[in-house]
Amino acid sequence: MNSIRVRLFAILLATTGTVWLFAAVWIYASTQAEVERVLDARLMEAARMVSSLITDHQIDPAAAASAATASVPPAPFEQAGGSYSRQLSCQIWSLQGSLVSRSESAPATSLASHTNGFEETEIDGERWRVYAVVNPSLGVRVLVGDSLEIRERLIGDVIKGLLVPGIAILPVLAALIWLSVGGGLAPLTRIAEGLASRSASELHPVDAGSAPREVRPVIRALNSLFGRVADARDRERSFTAYAAHELKTPLAGLKTQAQIALRTDDPAVQRDALARISTSVDRTSRMVRQLIDLAAVDASQDVPSAESVDIAALVGEIASELETLLTANNVRVAVELPNQTQQQPLIQGNRILVRLVIRNLMENAVQHSPSGGEVRCLIHLRESEAVVDILDQGAGFPVAEENRVTERFFRGSKPQGQGSGLGLSIVQMALDRLGGSLAFERGGRGFAARASFPL
Amino acid sequence: MRLLVVEDDEILLDGLKVGLQMCGFTVDAVTSIADADAAIKADRFDAVILDLMLPDGSGLDVLARMRRSGDRTPVLLLTAKDEVADRIGGLDSGADDYLGKPFDLDEVGARLRAIVRRGHGRAKGLLEWKDVSLDPARMSASRSGTAISLSRREFVILQALMEAPGVILSRSTLEEKLYGWQEEIESNTVEVHVHKLRTKLGTSFIETVRGAGYRLRASP
Repeated sequence: MNSIRVRLFAILLATTGTVWLFAAVWIYASTQAEVERVLDARLMEAARMVSSLITDHQIDPAAAASAATASVPPAPFEQAGGSYSRQLSCQIWSLQGSLVSRSESAPATSLASHTNGFEETEIDGERWRVYAVVNPSLGVRVLVGDSLEIRERLIGDVIKGLLVPGIAILPVLAALIWLSVGGGLAPLTRIAEGLASRSASELHPVDAGSAPREVRPVIRALNSLFGRVADARDRERSFTAYAAHELKTPLAGLKTQAQIALRTDDPAVQRDALARISTSVDRTSRMVRQLIDLAAVDASQDVPSAESVDIAALVGEIASELETLLTANNVRVAVELPNQTQQQPLIQGNRILVRLVIRNLMENAVQHSPSGGEVRCLIHLRESEAVVDILDQGAGFPVAEENRVTERFFRGSKPQGQGSGLGLSIVQMALDRLGGSLAFERGGRGFAARASFPL
Repeated sequence: MRLLVVEDDEILLDGLKVGLQMCGFTVDAVTSIADADAAIKADRFDAVILDLMLPDGSGLDVLARMRRSGDRTPVLLLTAKDEVADRIGGLDSGADDYLGKPFDLDEVGARLRAIVRRGHGRAKGLLEWKDVSLDPARMSASRSGTAISLSRREFVILQALMEAPGVILSRSTLEEKLYGWQEEIESNTVEVHVHKLRTKLGTSFIETVRGAGYRLRASP
């Protein structure tokens, strides 16, 4: 059941119905008990009255039997069902077993055989409740009984009088519940309509003040989501704008060089221009690749994929990927693994992120190495982390710029080579996601970048 | 015309240098704000092409320092950011023109000629003196309607003289216009080119002012 309205409606209707039913059962039981008590008392009273009337010899037993049955005015019952007349029947029996007298409505056969108190009997298919009292002085037994069916009908009529209007009202009640639930849910509908009419860029918070208290947590959660989405969008937008601007410079270079190649008559100038176009395309492609990487790292936020990554194998893979770059820069790569006795350097984390960290650091190292130089990759394990040191024989960046090197598009104040200014931002971002850290060190023999990954 | 190009992208810088040289400009190139400040202090340029985003700061700072020190050299801003607000900011800081990347080499040339011309207070693109007219956009010259063929260096010298008619330009000033920093200055070149120009334009067109330099002769 996915509609709150239908759900509430069903719950309310079921509980109301159940309460109603319980009440009816309760009323039935208590009415029955009360009716029994009242009617039994009347039976008893009528029997004693007859007995006392005949004892004094003022009234002859036959008249007394009729008087007992006439002592209850039948009018209201007749009005109700028309069948409550002749409720009581009276018989006076001699102790020897002969019928002395009986009331008009009483059957000719004995209502009961007992001598004293209440008993239920059945005569000619009709059930009776009979009270017997013995008048020892006259030697008679007075029986006063009433039909159980009439009693039951009485109780039934009371319950019916209660249930019929109840059942008749039920549809009205259902309709009222339906409308009330709808009215109660109106604030939700208003919020939903407000949200539905928004465009994709309208991420302002929903006003929680005017919303019902129960909905406020939902609205707060929604607003916080809106905030995060808006932040992400802003980040994306500024990044896209920045990336587009950054691509315009290499495009301007490409266009200028292409124009030179087209209009020059000097084959040397033309060759030169074409060579630069080729270089620029390579650099721009790398920049585009890094932009895609950066977007991938950004997106990886939501994917907590933890897999085992063998760092040593990964470093080897990346080194062979960089073969062209290594040849072009005349740089060698040496990978130094931890001792065989130590455990395999396996880390838990997103393989793509780990790869981006190592690849970008290695690319940087290769590009800043002197020709004929060597880039060393040292992998070692510490207590809770795997450390990859990437050492090159270049100068690194100035210490003063250490805080800015991970900024996007920061190329340093004295750019060597032609980086995009994205490499270290990718590394930093990926390490942040992995829970690792990045550090730099300058030694006598060169520059080292250290990436630490949690094990 | 001698230009200073300030741009940090190596390939674009080279393209501007080679391309603008092909358009008849003498081009010097630097890649940072520090180098740009030094070059502007040390040399006179007819115009400066300034990239806005440089590794050691914003090109606008260079522009602001130039204008503060009273340097009126025309400046053409180049930038990847071509939002209206950026353009307005650049022009209000004292730039003479603004060009968004990527651009067309010919447009850069045309805009440079335009800002230099306006700097000289001329509205027309064509330079005219007596019966000689010079079209910097086409690197062509004519005398009494007949086209004259000029080498790049002859053209540069004639353009410099015609841009400031009657003003004496020293040999070193003319050499500056002819050679960028990387080029070796050959001795006597200016004399050689002036001599060649005189044979093409008439001996009395360019006057030698002894001990001072050259100028266009006012009287016939």
